[in-house]
Order: sequence, then structure tokens, then C-alpha cells
Amino acid sequence: MNTIQVLFFFLSVLAIFSAIMVLVSKNPVHSVLWLITVFFAISGHYILLNAQFLAIVNLIVYAGAIMVLFLFVIMLMNLNADTAPRKNLWMKLAGVISGGCFLMVLVSLVRQTVELTGKTVMMKEGNIGLIRNLGKALFTDFVIPFEISSVLFLSAMVGAVVIGKKD
Amino acid sequence: MPIQYYIYFCLALFSIGIIGVLTRKNAIIVFMCVELMLNAVNLLLVAFSKMHHGAALAGNPATTVGIDGQLFVFFIMVVAAAEVSVGLAIIVMMYRNTHSVDINFLNRLKN
Repeated sequence: MNTIQVLFFFLSVLAIFSAIMVLVSKNPVHSVLWLITVFFAISGHYILLNAQFLAIVNLIVYAGAIMVLFLFVIMLMNLNADTAPRKNLWMKLAGVISGGCFLMVLVSLVRQTVELTGKTVMMKEGNIGLIRNLGKALFTDFVIPFEISSVLFLSAMVGAVVIGKKD
Repeated sequence: MPIQYYIYFCLALFSIGIIGVLTRKNAIIVFMCVELMLNAVNLLLVAFSKMHHGAALAGNPATTVGIDGQLFVFFIMVVAAAEVSVGLAIIVMMYRNTHSVDINFLNRLKN
């Protein structure tokens, strides 16, 4: 077992454990902090795959901006845990069972797929994840979607202000 | 690293997100689980892009096959950022109207 495999399994276990802790935490602030741990683990996976630009963007956008936005909203609302209503245990059980069925069906599907056998992911090599190549592709082939996304951001900004405004 | 490991890992993360959406009542946690599912898909896209790049690299050392997957992840992140801002504004407005973020109070559009 070499270093990459050890890192892969460590990051996977960390991400799955943190994701479960997101679900079972009573306090929403703790959920946000566990979700930040998940995002750090996924950024570690990106670094293992030599997708350096996406690793940094994941940290900045998700762990930096989006999670801080979640924290702001949670702290703005002043939620306390005892105001949460009684939860239906059967509904919870049904949700877990249906999610487990989904996981089971897809795992068995992947296990049977012939096209995926013997395919390996190239780790820590390859230069398509570097910002030089990604930027070149982004501003030549993907320049129209890039410009359209700026319009999307403008509309999201206007929409957030209009929705959040007190009228 | 075989591609199956990445698929199983991302499926586990995605299923945890689905279970969270189905079981939790807090609207903010439901929203966070949606983000978790988006991240699982992002990681899988990057893994598949590296898989195709590694396969194509043997024939042509200067190829950029598979760069589309990583740009797709970039655009998913862009859309997710816009979606989160609007969604959190909606949750704040809902809290202002009902003084709760419980999604059970949202079962009707009227009032």
C-alpha cells in the first residue's frame, strides 16, 4: 500500500464520517463545521488527482464563501435546538431505508458493469488540472458559457436582494 | 487507483446527502445536504476526467482530453454559488414569515 492509497482511504473515511456527522448533529452550527471538513477532504482528493485549480477553487468558494454564508444565516436566525418539533421516527427510518436502497442498487450496477473493469484513474500526474491549461480552454472553447455565467451571477445577485428585502 | 473506488466513495456521499434530504426537517440542513450531493458529483466528474486523460495520454503525450470534465466542475461551482445565495435568501424570507425553518410548515403555498 503506497502513500497515495493511504491518503485516498484516509480522506474517504474522513469525508464519509464528516458527512454522517452533518446529518446526526443536533446543532446546525456543528453541521456547518462538519460540512467544512467534508469540503476539505474533497479538496484533498482533488489535490491527489492533480486538479490543483479545482482544489483551490473548492476551498475558496465552498469552504470559504458558501459555508460562511450558511453560518451567517444560521446566526441571523438564532435557532435553538429545543424549539425543534417532535420528529417522526418512522419517517426517518423510511428515509434511511430508501437512501440505502438507492446506494445498494447503484453499487450493484457498478459491480456488474463490464466497461469499468480495469479502468484506473491517473493520480498525481497529468497536467490538465493546472490553471494554465484550464484557463486556455476556458477562454477559447468555453468563453460563451463563461460570459453567460456572469449574467447568471448578476441575476442571482438581483434576485437575492429582491427576495431578502423587507417590504 | 481503480475507478470503482471513486464511484463507490461518491455514491456513499451522494446517498448520505439523499438520506439527509429525506430525513432532516431543518431547511438549512436540507440545503447543506444538497451541497454535499453536488460535491460528490463534482469529485466523480474529476475522477472520470482523469481516467479518460490517462487513457488518452498513452497515445498522444500532448493531449488535453478530459479537460471538459474539469471545466464542467468549474461551472457547477459557479451555478452552486448563485443557487446558494438565492436559496438562503428564500430561507431567510421564510423564517421572517413563519418564525421557523421547519419544512413541515411549507406544505402549502397559500398563506
